[in-house]
Amino acid sequence: MSHIIRIRSGLDIRLKGAANGAIINVAPGSKVAIHPSDYAGLTPKMFAKAGDVIACGDVLFFDKNNPEVKYVSPVAGTLLEPVRGAKRRILRVEVEVDSAGADRALVTLKPGAADGEQVRKAMLEGGLWPMLRQRPFDVVPAPNCVVRDIFVSGFDSSPLAPTAAQQLEGRMDDFQAGIDFLNACAPKGRQVQLGIAPGDSTFQGVNGVDTTVFKGPHPAGNVGVHIHHLAPVNAGESVWTMAMQDVANLGASLTSGCYVNQRTVALTGSRAQTALLRCTAGTLVDDLIVGRVELDGTRVVSGNVLTGTARTGEDALGAYHHQVSCIPEGDEPQFFLTKGWLGLGFDKFSASRTFPTWFMPKSAKFDLNTNLNGEERAFVMSGQYESVFPFDIYPVHLVKSIVVGDLDQMEQLGIYEVAPEDFALCEYVCTSKIDAQQIVREGLDTMMAELG
Amino acid sequence: MKALHHFIENRIQPHFVEGGKLKRFHVVYDGLETFLFTPGRTTQSGAHIRDGIDLKRTMFAVIIALVPALLFGTWNIGHQYFLSLADGGAAATMLDKLTVGAFKVIPLIVVSYGAGLAVEFIFAASRGHGIHEGFLVSGMLIPLIMPVDVPLWMVAMATIFAVIVAKEVFGGTGMNILNIALTARAFLFFSYPKQMSGEIWVADVATTKGAGLLVDGTTGATALGELANTVGAPATEAASMSIMSMFAQGGTYDLWNCIVGVIPGSIGETSAIAIALGALILIVTGIANLRIISSFLVGGLVMGFFFNLMGYNAYMTLPPLHQIALGGFLFGAVFMATDPVTASQTRRGMWIYGFLAGFLSILIRVVNPAYPEGVMMAILFMNVMAPTIDHYVVQANVSRRLKRGAKATAIASSQA
Repeated sequence: MSHIIRIRSGLDIRLKGAANGAIINVAPGSKVAIHPSDYAGLTPKMFAKAGDVIACGDVLFFDKNNPEVKYVSPVAGTLLEPVRGAKRRILRVEVEVDSAGADRALVTLKPGAADGEQVRKAMLEGGLWPMLRQRPFDVVPAPNCVVRDIFVSGFDSSPLAPTAAQQLEGRMDDFQAGIDFLNACAPKGRQVQLGIAPGDSTFQGVNGVDTTVFKGPHPAGNVGVHIHHLAPVNAGESVWTMAMQDVANLGASLTSGCYVNQRTVALTGSRAQTALLRCTAGTLVDDLIVGRVELDGTRVVSGNVLTGTARTGEDALGAYHHQVSCIPEGDEPQFFLTKGWLGLGFDKFSASRTFPTWFMPKSAKFDLNTNLNGEERAFVMSGQYESVFPFDIYPVHLVKSIVVGDLDQMEQLGIYEVAPEDFALCEYVCTSKIDAQQIVREGLDTMMAELG
Repeated sequence: MKALHHFIENRIQPHFVEGGKLKRFHVVYDGLETFLFTPGRTTQSGAHIRDGIDLKRTMFAVIIALVPALLFGTWNIGHQYFLSLADGGAAATMLDKLTVGAFKVIPLIVVSYGAGLAVEFIFAASRGHGIHEGFLVSGMLIPLIMPVDVPLWMVAMATIFAVIVAKEVFGGTGMNILNIALTARAFLFFSYPKQMSGEIWVADVATTKGAGLLVDGTTGATALGELANTVGAPATEAASMSIMSMFAQGGTYDLWNCIVGVIPGSIGETSAIAIALGALILIVTGIANLRIISSFLVGGLVMGFFFNLMGYNAYMTLPPLHQIALGGFLFGAVFMATDPVTASQTRRGMWIYGFLAGFLSILIRVVNPAYPEGVMMAILFMNVMAPTIDHYVVQANVSRRLKRGAKATAIASSQA
């Protein structure tokens, strides 16, 4: 029996539009794209040139600050001119797909036999390294990073997220291989920490992991919560995390010798005909939602509705996303007595008991739109963030220390332990409509710049 | 409602935007438009969906919670007025009492909102920020903690002072250190001590007395004012004994009367039952913090109990439960101490803050007869102390983290 940790603070937002059923394969359309902005702190430098013929797994660009960290093409084809924005910042790196193109051969390793150095080298060379993320800062780790622990979350508790069984259907062998490779990178005597949902049997046969059950509302599935409750990050330490599908991709790539970056994506939300889709990373949102979403008045979000990024058709699925959420835009003004601030609010899911949510049946599902439902104000209410923030950290104090740019305070209040996604629910419940995730991201960036 | 919004947008808005005649009053228009219609503004960063709650709804819930105290207070003004008459007001109906009360309360509310919102609008316009909702609650709290016969100009002065000095100089709603309503009350207490004591607690006492209509023995004082007279004399002194008899079973200020609230006092503070109804609303909706309310009550009871043990004067011998049912204690516990901006903001801090505020309320009231309104003093004092309490609570969290880090470093270096 594995260890159980109960999370009490949190909130399950009950939305309409969960995805179920059989997984449908979606082939990439004419193009795929990578958004450098999906990787916080990355300054991309192009390696291949526009017009180059690219094999699947060929390097497209690398990190200017860490040239060993390479970003590769998930498909074979021809590199197009990068799409640039203000100050010539690269917004999208696009590859025209050639389904008959070649695969670049990677080093093959044997799970369990390879040592840490070999695995690191193979990951860096093969473009698999960016699948890793590091706490502190929620960024891709530096190549020479000394890791203390490796955490994998075995479930996503965010609204409408696909289950572990859906995400890893038919990929448990790859997942096991990925775990073995990660264990090779872990320090001596440590193995991958896997946090799972209560009653989930998906990971029953997996070896080489320390399993902990996390019971409770969202964000119980956030890897940051797992780290905090098992072995919090201290100043100077680094912990790696990897999404479960990327663990399977890692395993598949290093055992097969071809770059594999596949994922099962849940198309969710009230505005979509929900479905489970299997595609390759970099697939354009258009190719995923075509014919399944009424686009007029809809916001298409790559990722979940709390932490995802709004994307339009030409954009691709986010690098760490396994979900597309389609929700109505809420750009209509709301009359105060009917839909606005004084309305009864049966259609609004709220953590506040001034709305009837709390006595409505648990089975009631809500169709929430993107309206801010108010205007930004100074912090007034207290205890709100704490009620959805299962960390031994004072969230409002931390946010305030970031806003005033007090680096010492940020460090002391625990900024190393958090990622923007951990503040997503705080942002949701905030009466004062403060953009907490953005503030935390800026705080992490400042901190990172300061530490060099 | 689309038609209404269309009308506002096309016919009214143009006057207030750049180039319109009323551009100067843009914030006023903005404030009213956002009152009528929650803007169609959508999320631009971070979470794409947001909770339905906003500050307007939160503040409105507090106003609703104040309604029982307001209604009872209005009735009680009339009730006390008729009681003070020579005939005891035997013929007065509930409607009579409410009417008398309404004539007193409505001007107070109008003046408080008028003065406060005027200041808010001026500040918002001159600083170019929107009108924030904080004063919606302060504007209702101020009349409820005023004596019935307080001159209206004094209320206006106090409100303007409080909004400017306690709030706007710090940056507006959410930035203040002191509770705004209590600052208004404290302003009057210290600036106009003469006018704020004596015959202002029962409506029109001075006039009825002049006309010889007043029932014998009615002074228009509050229970706390009476009790203050017992300080400095032994509990067994005859004068003290006669005052204390008013607090015994069947007296004017017996426990039951204090709980129901049929005693003179500030408009909203007398009825424990009405306040409890408000508390229920605030606690169920989760707006007021139960930690603060309960520790405030406990603090007051503990202090009352200590005084019982000492028993140096008659005031100290009052049972703790009776002690906290008097004056503004309960009103302060529910509506003043719980103001989230000025209270402690950490969970542990809230317990300490509430307890000390309750404890000090009774301490000040009993020990210093010049300050019968110890609650006001205690809460204002604890408002000032709250950041310090929070600092130590947060610092404990910080040192826990530092210790953990130091331990990890030690282990890592011993392994290396």
